Amino acid sequence: MDIFNDFSIGLFAMQAFILIVLIFLLGKFAWKPILNAIEGREEGIKDALQAAENAKKEMQNLQADNDRLLKEARAEREAMLKEAREIKDKMISDSKEQAQLEGDKIIKQAQAAIEGEKKAALADIKNQVGNLSVEIAEKVIKEQLSDKDKQLKLVEGLLGDIKLN
Amino acid sequence: MSSFQGFSISEKEKEGHFQEDNGHVDTKEEIGDYIAHHLKDAHDFHLFSYTSDSGERKHVGFSLPVIIWSSKGLVSFMSSEFHHDDAGRTIVDKKGLKFTKIHSKIYELDANATAVSFDEEHHATNAHKVLDFSITKSVFGILIAGLLMFLGFFSLAKGYKKGAIPTGIGRVLEPLVIYVRDEIARPNIGEKKYKKFMPYLLTVFFFIWILNLIGLTPLGFNVTGQIAITACLAIFTLIIYMTNGSKDFWAHTLWMPGVPYLLRPILAFLELVGFILIKPFSLLVRLFANITAGHSVVMGIAALMILLKAQFGTPTATGISFFLTLFLMVIEVLVAFLQAFIFTMLSALFIGMAVEEHDHAHDH
Repeated sequence: MDIFNDFSIGLFAMQAFILIVLIFLLGKFAWKPILNAIEGREEGIKDALQAAENAKKEMQNLQADNDRLLKEARAEREAMLKEAREIKDKMISDSKEQAQLEGDKIIKQAQAAIEGEKKAALADIKNQVGNLSVEIAEKVIKEQLSDKDKQLKLVEGLLGDIKLN
Repeated sequence: MSSFQGFSISEKEKEGHFQEDNGHVDTKEEIGDYIAHHLKDAHDFHLFSYTSDSGERKHVGFSLPVIIWSSKGLVSFMSSEFHHDDAGRTIVDKKGLKFTKIHSKIYELDANATAVSFDEEHHATNAHKVLDFSITKSVFGILIAGLLMFLGFFSLAKGYKKGAIPTGIGRVLEPLVIYVRDEIARPNIGEKKYKKFMPYLLTVFFFIWILNLIGLTPLGFNVTGQIAITACLAIFTLIIYMTNGSKDFWAHTLWMPGVPYLLRPILAFLELVGFILIKPFSLLVRLFANITAGHSVVMGIAALMILLKAQFGTPTATGISFFLTLFLMVIEVLVAFLQAFIFTMLSALFIGMAVEEHDHAHDH
């Protein structure tokens, strides 16, 4: 059996014809849409992966931003608290000082008033004492002068003293 | 190729021994004939034969249309008119012409002959072959393969209209399509030009693979083991890479730069012989020989069951034959894929060689 003798031209022709039809029909209605669909899907997957990667990066950025903002906010709060505390301390110390000053002033005024009153009272007392003394002296003198004998005796006594000198 | 002589039709068949001993195939020669007969194309779809209780030979299968170009133009009739005769005894009368079938080939008898006469080498002396466009078993197989491809891939293509992910049979077919694209076309032809050749490569890959697999079923097709089929495929590849050759390809083939001028015509001759003859020939012979050898060996090993019966008894012979055949069939399933892959791969490689554009920045 010679294989070239076995070669059938008819079969060859039928095969060639059917193969052309197959390539044409499958190419048009199967391979083209299939390959396009696969390619489209692959593109889609690639894009989706890229998008996911981008989103991940964005998320990381956002996260970093958030962290930064949080840190900043915390620092700000810290600073504000500190400031408030300082203000509070300052206010307390200020008011303390002012109260002290005020108090001192009041005390001084009081002291001055007391001094003035004291002086006035003393002056008043002095006057009254003077008046009283004058009155007493008047009364005493009046009394003394009413008794003539005694006066004369006294004067004699005084005169006697002078003589001695 | 001379090894196929082993399956040559023996003298005995002329006498019609199939009829003599109820069609039993039980000797070495008969097995050889049986295998040789299977490897050939046939004009009817024959599944199996048996002999009924009344001693009548029954054939199970159906006949296929015979379409031939005779000396009086197109003639067609059903192959059943030959009554399963393959030795030139049954003469079919059509359009005043006489036709007969000898070893799966249809002959037109000479004008005044009434029966075929044979010479010493068993060649018909008073009949000649005709152009045979019949729907033979192989053509029938091709049509089935084509139909399967249409069904499978049209449904896959339609599936993409519903969603990006195929369902059903498409799930199996899609990875194969991607495999051909990414493992065969892209690396061999190159990213820029592969798209143009995808329809051919995909069609050829699935065509060969499906036919190889159909050939392994008990339906008994041997399509990719027909030299006309593999030759046709190889010639398609040849035409494609010859008509798509780039300027660089022709320049390098016909007038190789950087080689002494005296050598250039010789190189051109060698290159042309390589591209026009050797490459397609290697393609067609590889596929043909692998599939033919596979079918021969599987059938031969299966026939051990008959040949070893005398020495080992029926159960042992059947067991040996069963396991060996099973083993071979597993290998053949692999070979079916492998040969489809190799044919497509080499086609892509040759196309890649032809369409390649050299970077002249670093000339050879």
